[in-house]
Amino acid sequence: MSSEHSTESIQEHIRVYLMVFGALAVLTVVTVLASYLDVSTSEGIFLALIIASVKASLVAGYFMHLISEKNTIIWILMLTVLFFFVMLFLPLISYTDQVHI
Amino acid sequence: MEVPYIIKEREDTGLINSKLGIWIFLASEIMLFGGLFSAYIFLRLAAPPGDFARWASELSVPLATVNTLVLISSSVSMVMAWASLKLKDVSKYKMYMGITLLCSLIFLIIKYFEYTAKFSHHIYPSSSTFMAIYFTLTGLHGIHIIGGMIVMIYFWLPIGNKMWETQPELFTNRVEVLGLYWHFVDLVWIFLFPVLYLL
Repeated sequence: MSSEHSTESIQEHIRVYLMVFGALAVLTVVTVLASYLDVSTSEGIFLALIIASVKASLVAGYFMHLISEKNTIIWILMLTVLFFFVMLFLPLISYTDQVHI
Repeated sequence: MEVPYIIKEREDTGLINSKLGIWIFLASEIMLFGGLFSAYIFLRLAAPPGDFARWASELSVPLATVNTLVLISSSVSMVMAWASLKLKDVSKYKMYMGITLLCSLIFLIIKYFEYTAKFSHHIYPSSSTFMAIYFTLTGLHGIHIIGGMIVMIYFWLPIGNKMWETQPELFTNRVEVLGLYWHFVDLVWIFLFPVLYLL
């Protein structure tokens, strides 16, 4: 986010922060309620991770200003996400390999 | 020696150096917590069916829900502290930074009660694979909370916030960078909560 802000734009930001805060609080309650739904384990995991991802996107997008951030940071994060998934799936290869031994 | 580009953005990156620095640090943090989340997934896959869910039922969902709301509140008060500096209202900044500190303290106190409740029932990291990864993840997250609080206390007390009098832009940028770190700590908890307590 640029260092140049007018008073009006900051006050607009504050309104957005409070709305995001409300959304995060509601989604937290929804996460807990969803865990009591009569669904299978994999459906439960999928649902919980979807809600957590929405909450994380709100925090990253608005509180961390990623929606208006410079491309340099967006590229660093995309590279990090790529490495994260490589790290996540590398052990999976060894896991599936062991299954077939 | 003065650190360059910590008030005005560099032309090539379009960023102040401190912001670029904290984002690179946060990228390394994603890999750190990502590695542990990966460990959680593979430990769960290798565990007997229902083992993780059975041990997770030992944890207190109400306490963790309150802690989630407390940490979200601390995140919004942190961003409000930064916005107050942008509006040149230093007294509101101190109030919001104080609220952030209070929320982080409440989070740690609740965590303390959660841990001691487990210890009183003779549940330790060595008790099960789930408890080992639970204490590792929440312990590491707790250390991040403490680290953030130390910096917050510094910026909240006169020793740190006196910079506002001499270099207000630099001080505002410092608080923004601290905020980025703090929101990341909140973001990690957003995933820890369902993964450890609800699944």
